[in-house]
Amino acid sequence: MTADPGETPAGTAGDGMADLTLDAKVAAADVPPELVAQSLGQYLRAWWLQVRSGNSGVLPVVLAIVIVAVVFEAVTPEHAFLRPSNLVYIFGLSTVYMVLAMAETVVLLLAEVDLSVGAVALIGGVIAFKLVQQPGPDWPWWAAVLAALACCGVIGALQGTLTALLRIPSFVVTLGGFLLFSGILIVILGGADASVNLNSSVTNQRVIYDMVQGLIAPIVGWIILAVVVVAVGTALWLRSAARRRQGLVAPPLSLTAIRIALVAIVGVAVVIICTVNRGTSLVTVAGVPWVIPIVLVVLGAWTLVLQRTRFGRYIYAIGGNPEAARRAGVSLPAIRTWAFALCSATAGLGGILLGSFFYGEYSTNTADPGQLVLYSIAAAVIGGVSLFGGRGKAIHGVLGGLLIGGIAYGVSLLNLGELATPLEYILPGGVLLAAVLIDVLSRRGAGSVTHV
Amino acid sequence: MTEMNEPPKGASPGGDGVEPLVKVRGIDKHFGPVQALYGVNLDLPAGQVTGLCGDNGAGKSVLTRCIAGVHQPDHGQIYFEGRPVHIRSARDAAALGIETVYQDLALADNLDIVQNMFLGREPLRRGLLDEDSMERQAAETLSTLRVTTVRSIRQPVASLSGGQRQAVAVAKAVMWNSKLVLLDEPTAALGVVQTQMVLDLIKRLRDRGLAVMVISHNLNDVFEVADRIAVLYLGRMVVEGPAADFDRQSVVSYMTTGTSSGRPYEPSTSASGEG
Repeated sequence: MTADPGETPAGTAGDGMADLTLDAKVAAADVPPELVAQSLGQYLRAWWLQVRSGNSGVLPVVLAIVIVAVVFEAVTPEHAFLRPSNLVYIFGLSTVYMVLAMAETVVLLLAEVDLSVGAVALIGGVIAFKLVQQPGPDWPWWAAVLAALACCGVIGALQGTLTALLRIPSFVVTLGGFLLFSGILIVILGGADASVNLNSSVTNQRVIYDMVQGLIAPIVGWIILAVVVVAVGTALWLRSAARRRQGLVAPPLSLTAIRIALVAIVGVAVVIICTVNRGTSLVTVAGVPWVIPIVLVVLGAWTLVLQRTRFGRYIYAIGGNPEAARRAGVSLPAIRTWAFALCSATAGLGGILLGSFFYGEYSTNTADPGQLVLYSIAAAVIGGVSLFGGRGKAIHGVLGGLLIGGIAYGVSLLNLGELATPLEYILPGGVLLAAVLIDVLSRRGAGSVTHV
Repeated sequence: MTEMNEPPKGASPGGDGVEPLVKVRGIDKHFGPVQALYGVNLDLPAGQVTGLCGDNGAGKSVLTRCIAGVHQPDHGQIYFEGRPVHIRSARDAAALGIETVYQDLALADNLDIVQNMFLGREPLRRGLLDEDSMERQAAETLSTLRVTTVRSIRQPVASLSGGQRQAVAVAKAVMWNSKLVLLDEPTAALGVVQTQMVLDLIKRLRDRGLAVMVISHNLNDVFEVADRIAVLYLGRMVVEGPAADFDRQSVVSYMTTGTSSGRPYEPSTSASGEG
């Protein structure tokens, strides 16, 4: 397997030390465990060593998810947190943050930031909703979605061009974009009190409504799960075996098997939670929301782009050392502009999902673009994306989004009345600070070139 | 050294009458009111290491960048394999086979060895990066250069020592059918063992028939690897010749005063390649 860019780099051997006299333990912590482990035992030992030297990968966010689940389950009235109906609601809410976090990740990897993802997301959602209105434009749903994504992409390209060509700091450009498009949003909506709704009895509009609210029949859900697990598992296994056959660097067989098993277990858990009847004995509500496969597709697409294409490789290179990338012949303005464009387009998709999540209703009260962007950045960083560039993966956005969604909804379940709103800010804020701290400390341990 | 029937094209000047791989003639370069180079001549023969020495501000980096395509000289001509060429960009230089390793190495810390070595020139297979062939080729290059202390070729560059990073940067330069490799202060930040590793690497490059130019302040290093020495003083090439004609004292004298104890340079009479 490749050491995908985005894996946390390990600590250095002391620079003054001769190669020949490296302490074995230090040497072992230098290299990501899957590169040198020949057996599962070796891998686990090497991984633990790496964690102790400061590079924990997705461990913090996974632990945080577990802790949040346990704590909220304990304090929620009637221990309702882990009830399937609540969990599915959290899944639905989280998908918005997951998509926005994945969008933000692309830009964070460049060591830039996009503060406009929240506003752009809402713009995307509103454009799509407006285009399917009947009477009105009455576009087919897929045309409306594509048009919305294209508009958001253009917005991103504009911001990207200002950042990449004129070298105006992305913080400033996207802050301007955030304010600008928050205002334009109101204009498109038709006023501060206006709203746009989806009519769920119209088939064309129903499709968008169903993105989050629609459920896949349980049997179909299981079939899809089986297909996904088999496909992913086969791909992982074959690739690992092929690399081993060619004598290239590959993880131990048992590790690949465990990874496939983990995918299967998580998939099965999600499908079970979703297909348990969470309605009443009169009205069955069961099935995996369509949004879950949709997010998996987005995750798969971004993982592919970032890890296996030149474009993705150059994003990591620019985030790690822009001068090295430039000398290697990479066009920094082109990559940067495209990254911002694709980030905004992905955010637009997140906005469409947001509207669907809120039962097909878009008004100025649906969501606060400021809170959206802060949650997106928090989700990405908590998941493991570095604010300083060059480190992070799409899956980090997904995990961080799940955590943020869980915290946001969990707080509202506590019926704290007055305390609820402040806690919705305090908790994610606290978790974000912890995540950034871990990010900085692990960088210090790695001794990599500082981005001052 | 080489076991081919004839000397590599561009090997030693003078002696057997073969053209040097790269010839620089009469290069002038100014930046605004500052004249950095005056009429500089330099020969870079294949299969030999040329040490370029000079004090700070003598123009070593400027000359290197003119050959590497980063700067364009105001006057003068560069000849490659006997033909006059115009090197207008780093890409032009790379197309000719001229690769440069700058002092900061230009490595991305968050990428691994293979990814760095192929940065900007990744091969594709079915539209996606061909990781397998990149890994194979990188491993082959490193093993040819006998860089063996690296634990895994998929190790992030951030976890390598200074000498290993330098080795990766050099390996990156020679992987692409390069004919001339320019190294700017390759051992400046390295300890003793790592310096030796890099110097051995430079010798292996020479043994493969490449032309190598090394800028260095460290005269110990220069005298260990260089076959030829050229000294710049205040933008002028004051002396150039086989390393055997120099000693430390004379080189220092040329670097600091432009002359050798007041006497002009006299090439040794046994310059036919046999001395």
